[in-house]
Amino acid sequence: MPKYTLNINKTSYDVEVAAGTSLLWVLREDLGLTGAKYGCGIGQCGACTVHVDKQPIKACLLPIEQFTAGQEITTIEGLSEHGDHPVQKAWIEAQAPQCGYCHSGQIMQAVALLEQKEHPTRDEIKAHMNGNLCRCGTYLRILTAIEMAAKTKNPTS
Amino acid sequence: MAKDLTITNKINRRAFLKTSGGVTLFIGASGVLPVLVSCQDDKKIREQLKKVPVTAWVQLWEDGQMIIYNPAAEMGQGSMTSLPIIFAEEMDADWSKVQVEFSPQEADIYGGEGWAPGTKLMFTVGSRTTHSYYHVMRKAGAQARYVLLNTAANHWKVPIEELSAAQSFVLHEKSGQKISFGELVPLLTMPTVLPDFTEDQLKNPKDFQLIGKNIPRTEIPAKVNGTAQFAIDVRLPDMVYGALERGKLHGARPTLLNESEILAQAGVMRIVQFDYAIGLIASTLKGVLDAKKLLKIDWSTATSSGYHSQEIYSQYEAIAAKNQKGRVVTEIGNMGEALRSAHKTYTADFKNDYVYHAQIEPLNAVIQVSKDLQTAEVWVGSQQGGDTKLGIPGVLGVPPENVNVHLQYLGGGFGRRSMTDFVVECAVLAKEIAPLPLKLVWTREDDVAYGAYRPLSLQRLKATVDANGQLTGFSHTVIGDGGNLVAGGVKNDHYDIPHQFAEWRETNHGIRLKHWRSVGHGPNKFAIESLLDTIAFDQRMDPINLRRTLMAQSPKALATLEKAVAMSHWDAPSIEGRAKGVAFVDHGSIGTGICEISLDRNSGAIKVHHFWIALDAGMIIQPNNVKAQMEGGIIMGMSSVLKEQITIVDGQVQQSNFHDYSLLRMQEVPDSIETAFIPSSEKPEGVGETATPMVAGAIANAFLKLTGKHLRHLPFTPDRVLAVLNG
Repeated sequence: MPKYTLNINKTSYDVEVAAGTSLLWVLREDLGLTGAKYGCGIGQCGACTVHVDKQPIKACLLPIEQFTAGQEITTIEGLSEHGDHPVQKAWIEAQAPQCGYCHSGQIMQAVALLEQKEHPTRDEIKAHMNGNLCRCGTYLRILTAIEMAAKTKNPTS
Repeated sequence: MAKDLTITNKINRRAFLKTSGGVTLFIGASGVLPVLVSCQDDKKIREQLKKVPVTAWVQLWEDGQMIIYNPAAEMGQGSMTSLPIIFAEEMDADWSKVQVEFSPQEADIYGGEGWAPGTKLMFTVGSRTTHSYYHVMRKAGAQARYVLLNTAANHWKVPIEELSAAQSFVLHEKSGQKISFGELVPLLTMPTVLPDFTEDQLKNPKDFQLIGKNIPRTEIPAKVNGTAQFAIDVRLPDMVYGALERGKLHGARPTLLNESEILAQAGVMRIVQFDYAIGLIASTLKGVLDAKKLLKIDWSTATSSGYHSQEIYSQYEAIAAKNQKGRVVTEIGNMGEALRSAHKTYTADFKNDYVYHAQIEPLNAVIQVSKDLQTAEVWVGSQQGGDTKLGIPGVLGVPPENVNVHLQYLGGGFGRRSMTDFVVECAVLAKEIAPLPLKLVWTREDDVAYGAYRPLSLQRLKATVDANGQLTGFSHTVIGDGGNLVAGGVKNDHYDIPHQFAEWRETNHGIRLKHWRSVGHGPNKFAIESLLDTIAFDQRMDPINLRRTLMAQSPKALATLEKAVAMSHWDAPSIEGRAKGVAFVDHGSIGTGICEISLDRNSGAIKVHHFWIALDAGMIIQPNNVKAQMEGGIIMGMSSVLKEQITIVDGQVQQSNFHDYSLLRMQEVPDSIETAFIPSSEKPEGVGETATPMVAGAIANAFLKLTGKHLRHLPFTPDRVLAVLNG
């Protein structure tokens, strides 16, 4: 089987998997980075969202051979050392998750928004988060958490 | 840290004693509090102890840290916090020192109140967890406190009656002495009799320190840093993967046509024949899923062959028209007489299509069967069940104690994980490949196509009024497959109507069905609440006033109505183009929901702007968490009411994934969902399924007010809304 080198959470990983294996399966089943979740496999739910060079992507859609060692992949495990990224703190403050399964993806998607835009409007947040499904119905708390994080991360003078 | 005792040590230092009620309790060793559980059969406790070195509701360390065990599944409803809070409240524990873990899956020891009096059950269904464990956890916590007080009394040689406890300390006010729970660990002495603690011996609710406060949920930090473990995350050395192809025709039998081709695929290890599926085992997840796609299968016909879900309603109408009773659910007064003497009779049919659970974690499990096939270790997200070993002992032909279930967080349950089909499948495959551990994964396509849906149904409602427009009779005929799955929620316990009749007329299509959040309440409350507004509309009455009259004998229901009216400013005019609608629901807890909607008359899209809920759920353990349940219940309700639909053509399920089974998304949420609680000191009632059934009725009633037209077929998709508008 072919070998691949990936740069994930600032660590270099060598993996040997069949060509065509999705980044999601490699993260979860080969590397044990199980924070990104499988929900649909067709990019419809966003539970597998991770960052590649700070851009949110759906890890279920992209095969391993499309990634290079030069690309910086970040998963929820690498977002902060102690689970204390401002978005994660806001998530706890808002008591956002219920079952929690989709929330790694929700958080990664939200972090990417706040990297691009310091103070997104509510409509911009909704549009940006529209690809991430939550069956427990925690959307309103996700909105609250993102607005709280925007305030603490990028306080206005 | 806990003393490093060997298992032998622990067993030798255990003791048993009888409570005043004659129930056996297991008493632990140093570092371990008594197992504060009751079990009529001490053999069962001893068996359990052989396997699990320490089994208890609580473990206490000398540094004061403690673990409280949660016996219920955690699927987002907050059991990992609410049940331990009840325990810690009565124990007078310092919550900052509490950690929570799942208890072993042993109903004799950890069960809550079962369906029948005196029975025990570990089954996280029906929104009954807090209700069924409330007294169990209070009593166990009070007993833990008693053991600590008793130890301190012996240590200080003072009467136990002179002691009190607070914040993980025992206090002797007379002498001013104080000792922490942790310091008592090496001194633990066992009382000769442990009180049973009846309701009146427990804390007065006015003294509660934890219950009713907004305490953050214990498992949320793990759910925001990626470490919360779901069964699908479990990885074991040498683990292999399983998948099944179950087809799209429920109940069809497969014949595999290309066995040798499949076995030649890289990594494929086994093909396993099921009655309804072809199972595969391979060394990688990609390998098993790739091989599954290559399967060539000839499917037999099944009961559902020839069944078209969207064409069945005309048959249902014919069944409704028959002059022949089905199974009577309720009969009060004489509906026939009400119909004969009615000033006016209202009749309407309501329909609902199938809906699917769509929990975001697809079904899965990990099982390792021992080489001799005698024992199994199981990792699963399950809502548990009457059989806490989830059918695995039957697969292996071994006694239940040989199966060890490690409950994991559930990536959504909603009723689907109260079935054990996926666990049994995993056990069959794991047995084939023992002793290798096996992870079974359902793809989303598997999860949709071989779902177990909330049944399709038709409901024919008739209501009679007298010359003053007062309701005299209410008749409700449900036609559909699934017994209580369709017939639940037809009763009107809070409406004072002299003549009432409800019945279920059975159909059968061979489609897999299961409890789906709120079960029959979803479609049935929709029908009931809609017909009430139809009457109010025709009688030119305020729908609130109509309900006020009906609720005259139920002050609790009326209080929720009045509160919701106040919250929503019902009497104030809505913004142009918007209208409000109301619906009342009882499902353990009772509540009134009011929504405000607007309508895009070109596209047929309904927009929900606000939802207000007034809820009477008895004592509220975790207020913020109950609000979260209301929010989630409304969102899931909106999703099902506005969008979701499984359709069957010639027996074949037509949907396969989230591109053709749409769920509500972020851009469709209301601006706000507000919840208010009616203060109560009564026993807590379930809150997980009260909000969802409010949605359909409230939206349909707002739509009626806005347009004068009736939405009577779920879901209210834009094409259906346009058809009604233009009809």
